[in-house]
Amino acid sequence: MPKIKPNKKEINLNLFKTVDLIRSAEKGITKYYHEDDMKTPMHMSMGEEAITAGVCHALNSKDQVFGYYRSHALYISKAHEVRSFFGEMYGKETGCVRGRGGSMHLANPNAGLMMISAIVSSTIAPAVGASFANKVKRNGKIVAVFFGDGAVEEGVFFESLNFACLMKLPIIFVCQDNELAVDVLAKERQGFKSIPDIVKSFDCNFISSQSTDAEEIYELTNKALDLIKKNKKPAFMHLKYYRMLQHIGVISDFDKDSPRPKGGFERENYRSKKEYDEWFKKDPLKVLKNKLLKLGVSEEKVSQIEKENYLEVEESIKLAKEAPFPKKSELFDYIYAKE
Amino acid sequence: MPKNNNRLITFCDAINEALHQEMERDASIFVYGIETKMFGSLKGLEEKFGKDRFFLTPLSEEAMTGFGLGAAINGLRPVHIHIRVDFFLLAMNQLINMIANAQYASAGQLKVPMLIRAVIGRGWGQGFQHSKSLHSVFAHIPGLKVIMPTTPYDAKGMITSALRENNPVVSIEHRWLYWQEGHVPEESYVIPIGKGNLLRKGKDVTIVATSWMNVEASQAASILEKRGISVEIVDPRTIRPLDEKIIIDSVNKTGRCIVADIDWLFCGFSAEVAALVSEKCFGKLKQPIVRIGFADTPIPTIRPLENEFYPNAGTIVKAVEKMLKLKPVDLGKEEFYSHTKKFKGPF
Repeated sequence: MPKIKPNKKEINLNLFKTVDLIRSAEKGITKYYHEDDMKTPMHMSMGEEAITAGVCHALNSKDQVFGYYRSHALYISKAHEVRSFFGEMYGKETGCVRGRGGSMHLANPNAGLMMISAIVSSTIAPAVGASFANKVKRNGKIVAVFFGDGAVEEGVFFESLNFACLMKLPIIFVCQDNELAVDVLAKERQGFKSIPDIVKSFDCNFISSQSTDAEEIYELTNKALDLIKKNKKPAFMHLKYYRMLQHIGVISDFDKDSPRPKGGFERENYRSKKEYDEWFKKDPLKVLKNKLLKLGVSEEKVSQIEKENYLEVEESIKLAKEAPFPKKSELFDYIYAKE
Repeated sequence: MPKNNNRLITFCDAINEALHQEMERDASIFVYGIETKMFGSLKGLEEKFGKDRFFLTPLSEEAMTGFGLGAAINGLRPVHIHIRVDFFLLAMNQLINMIANAQYASAGQLKVPMLIRAVIGRGWGQGFQHSKSLHSVFAHIPGLKVIMPTTPYDAKGMITSALRENNPVVSIEHRWLYWQEGHVPEESYVIPIGKGNLLRKGKDVTIVATSWMNVEASQAASILEKRGISVEIVDPRTIRPLDEKIIIDSVNKTGRCIVADIDWLFCGFSAEVAALVSEKCFGKLKQPIVRIGFADTPIPTIRPLENEFYPNAGTIVKAVEKMLKLKPVDLGKEEFYSHTKKFKGPF
């Protein structure tokens, strides 16, 4: 059955709801992180929301995604909830993986969020295997695997892309290129001409964008899905974004009010305030909000969504704080499947 | 034990039969790797099950291991093969960071029914990059199961078990065992993972042996039997989870324990067994535990050094003699197993 295409206003409203929920959740993390009850290393998503929201909105709910440690945005884009998200941030029984994962290892297989890894590039190969299983089972599910530009420097990236192309698997590789590996710039790491040059030498569909507009990413993902359907080849999306905060933690490099944390990873002045300001103008949330107003959505409607998201985040944090930790007697649970 | 146990087939054919029977029973099983033979244990699979369920891959051990993980969490049962365990080392990130933790990290929402078969053992000039064992390395990791079948009967039953198991299993198979014959029933049967085997009953000394070392221990036991020494051989068959009881019961009975592992001793499985025995059998031990294994060097490639590197039945006989304070006997007339004289079985 052909998908009924929603209208532009509807698409942007849905994308805004998601992107604003992601941003609200991360604001919630920022607000409460100093209490030191969320004992999990935070790799914040601010800046990448257009990519995860755009791609996931184009996918069906049964489709599957794989990601890496910077995955708050991916989780919320796919699972559309923050209750078990915050349960996990607080390490509680109510967390999406019952407190076994934390920020770096979120998963919600029922919502199609299959695996997140804290090791760069490590879910690319499992994503290819999952895609193979979907093809064998002819269940029509698409896999999208998200990774950064640093992952392209790992051998397993090439191995996995090679095999996916060889086997003509229904998979989208989503390279979220922020030109940074912690604080090491792409030009300091990459001896190849460019990521597009590499990918174009493989037998797959290639799409690229610099946009921070989630709608544009959504449309490009639909294009990728059409191409996969038509020529049976995997798709590779090379998407640029700007990481607004530091590699880890809840402050930006240019946050005058926050002193640089002791033991922080970043070198001084590895990127410029000018660049930050330019990208900030294109903040994915701002882009969507302005567009909604231009499309005739009322300010009240927008504020209402923002308020709902804010309240949902506050309620989720409250519930997470109240929830119990896993019992001590459960230390040995889940190591092996019982049957 | 199943009936109809008189047919003699090789270890290799026993594994092959297990694969055929399980792949017929369960359409989710597929076999893949970088070669099509595995000493003949894969014969007929491609013809019978087609290229969708038996295929060659690029030389990409890490990605192909992660590929198996992804297929497994999506409901298939991958069997990944490595003609040398040494090649599998390229995939340690996927094995140890990803596969071993996948069920835990998802709080049991994902299952990883995956079998990885890897060949170990001496060969002509194989040396340090083609003949390590590494079972201790894999068994160190919570979340993995590690099996080392010795007899053809075990091989069929344990591979069948592994193919019905919802956990990742690494099967370590010694290449010299592939040729030996043993009694194997035609019908399908399982040997539970985690259950050891009392390979030989005795009363004077317990030898806990792994994989090929059971062949050496059996020959040593026959040599010693002629002198009235009764050796008990315990083959754990599974390294993790270990059947502790079968080892403890045997050592409590004999009061003496030799561990003959097909590996280096330092931080190895032999150390694990020695620790277990000293914790659980301390009061019954008549003498300190003795460990036998590889020399503590990289694995030599040339025959004369190889012969120094590997322990054999003679090493075990000498250890028992020393333990029982017997006069060393002349082993010059004994013919030990070698590259040319292979054990043909049955036990």
